[in-house]
Amino acid sequence: MTSLDPREELARRLGLVHVPPVHFASPDEVKDRLAAKSYLSDDAIASVTFLADRLAKPVLVEGPAGTGKTALAQAVADATGARLIRLQCYEGLDESKALYEWNYRKQLLRIQAGRSESAGEEWRHLEEDIFAEEFLLRRPLLEAISATEPVVLLIDEVDRVELETEALLLEVLSEYQVSIPELGTVRAHQIPLVFLTSNNTRELSEALKRRCLYLYIGYPDVQRERDIILERVPGISSTLAEQIARVVRSLRGLDLKKAPSVSETLDWARTLVLLGREEIGDEDAAATLHILLKYQTDIERATKELLGRGRTVA
Amino acid sequence: MLDLLGEFIAELRAAGIPVSMSEHMDAARAIQAIDLANRAQVRGALAATLVKDGAHLPVFHTAFDVFFSLRSVGAAEDALDEMESEAPHAPGASGPGPRRGRGGASSTMSAEELAELLFRALRDGDGDALRRGAAEAVTRYAGMEPGRPVGGTYYLYRTLRNLELEELERRLGASDEAGLAGRLAHDEAAERIERLKAEVEREIRERLVEDRGSQALARSVRKPLPEDIDVMHANRDEMAQLERALRPLSRKLAVRLARRRRRRRRGPVDLRHTVRRSLSTGGVPIDLRFKPPRPNKPEIVVIADVSGSVASFARFTLHLVHAISSQFSKVRSFVFVDGIDEVTSLFEACDDPAEAVARINAEADVIAFDGHSDYGRALSVFHDLYARDVTRRTTVLVLGDARNNYHQAHPEVLADLHHRAKAVYWLNPEPAAYWNSGDSIIAQYAPHCEAVVECRTLRQLEFFVGQLA
Repeated sequence: MTSLDPREELARRLGLVHVPPVHFASPDEVKDRLAAKSYLSDDAIASVTFLADRLAKPVLVEGPAGTGKTALAQAVADATGARLIRLQCYEGLDESKALYEWNYRKQLLRIQAGRSESAGEEWRHLEEDIFAEEFLLRRPLLEAISATEPVVLLIDEVDRVELETEALLLEVLSEYQVSIPELGTVRAHQIPLVFLTSNNTRELSEALKRRCLYLYIGYPDVQRERDIILERVPGISSTLAEQIARVVRSLRGLDLKKAPSVSETLDWARTLVLLGREEIGDEDAAATLHILLKYQTDIERATKELLGRGRTVA
Repeated sequence: MLDLLGEFIAELRAAGIPVSMSEHMDAARAIQAIDLANRAQVRGALAATLVKDGAHLPVFHTAFDVFFSLRSVGAAEDALDEMESEAPHAPGASGPGPRRGRGGASSTMSAEELAELLFRALRDGDGDALRRGAAEAVTRYAGMEPGRPVGGTYYLYRTLRNLELEELERRLGASDEAGLAGRLAHDEAAERIERLKAEVEREIRERLVEDRGSQALARSVRKPLPEDIDVMHANRDEMAQLERALRPLSRKLAVRLARRRRRRRRGPVDLRHTVRRSLSTGGVPIDLRFKPPRPNKPEIVVIADVSGSVASFARFTLHLVHAISSQFSKVRSFVFVDGIDEVTSLFEACDDPAEAVARINAEADVIAFDGHSDYGRALSVFHDLYARDVTRRTTVLVLGDARNNYHQAHPEVLADLHHRAKAVYWLNPEPAAYWNSGDSIIAQYAPHCEAVVECRTLRQLEFFVGQLA
């Protein structure tokens, strides 16, 4: 198979003179450079990020809330020294908020300013004039495409937009270009790294999934969670971190409405450090459990299962 | 490598994961970009390009383990050649050190020594020693016979039975102290035991691949995706998978239906809002605004058989219907075996449908005589007590396999309900081919239903319930 390098191919389609260099040389380098920005990745995260860069494809990141999906995009932006452009999705998001909008007020002013001059062919001038880039309001997608410096585009919670609106994204995701009827097509000047996150509240369309690499970020295992705590919570001892990670794992093993996320674990760790604890006693755990769990029924259940006297022997 | 990739993708498709042509090409490109000798990287690259749904990942990993075990990827061909020249039955090439050394020396180990080795490996988290111990345990206990077309569950069971895992788990740290510390030690020990099980399973699988080749093995270890599991014949593991899949499924369905309803129709013009909008166009109402529509929500009555054979299907359906109950103006649920009882209050009492479903078993009074389903009697009693509540706005769902244990059918009762109700649907968890065989009398009821729907999997169930709202 004589396939062209994906980056070269894309660069040719975009009409770029030089193929933009890759940011990472290997998955291990991804791991190291993210770790330098306090983001501890695992094999899957590192290899998908590497491939996204190498193959010039967007990444769709799914997983439970609070496991570091958004943080990944931020860390990658930090590590590559790129600017992070964020599009927060919500229901009712449309073209004028995602792609671009004409600046009506400025256009109106321009027309009024032009009225004093003679009419006639002036109008033709004007017409060409008011649909120029000057009157264009760039929204995140267009901004990411037209940026000349390296950027990381984060499309957050893409599952919140309607199925029809998803189609807006497709051109950007596969061709790295935006078509504006009055202006023509705006092509990317570089190859941005694109991350989409989803909390999986609805099925995304096949068309979107096909254009993306897929990354599932689940809850970390005990070792990784301990390392994350050590990295992100200053002044914590490694025994306490280990103990916290184990408590959280046991909690996730219970059938809870909402399992504790990594960010909640970090909050809990910070609280225990502030309280000056070196290890977690039953009393401390009972008193601070509400930081990890957000439903009363969950708290009751966890108290009973983890701290209760009548522990059933398996 | 590309051939191997093709075979692998064929296996994924056979297991139900949709892999498109362009994803195949992406995978081919991805493996050109990475270090093929690094198994974790290959796994990551293939997972990222071929699997687009978190729920499909377990199936992917099983298939990956089968296809990329013997051949340590990369120099796959080389490794094969090398092995064949070395010895006709050389051990797998997956790890350089430990597995090669397993031939003669380790088989002199006694059962106690093996138990001690495993205990230490687990206690210290020593991966190499654990692998060696698992290999030894499989050689010793599994009693593998070449050429037998099994998936390995049997060998796994035999090996684990001989390893005395309870004893091992106890030694690993289950202290008897109560409270948090004891619980943590207990969970830690349990996880280490899981690691041992996984290691033994991997060992068995690799030997099976050596014996029979990956394609044949992949076929026998293939597991259905959660949404394709046959609810009536699910084993315990699959049941747990179903339970896990149900919650996100019902949440997605609720979101989808709510959106559809919001968009589908629009109500009368909202004058206030329109006038407000018209200010930006100089008082000319260019942009009409509408009030949200008055929802036209059906009432649902669910009548579910909860006798042994179809209990789990009834539980799932009740869970799903109640999870999206905001889409209906009213949901009433009845469960029966040979007596019938209303359980609506259970669902109203707790906000989590799963909890209510769990309470049905304990609290509903459904057995009047001998505990064999009696559809005729259940429907008659329902008709006597509740028929006047069934109106033109009510949709009746009957759940069950219509296996009536040769009792009276009383189809005329269902006919009368059909006459009163907006619609009657019968959801049958049995494959359509089995209907009307033995004591199944679905044909007697079918004429009085809008439709009899085969609902064997979550996918079918979700589709039907989605149509209903």
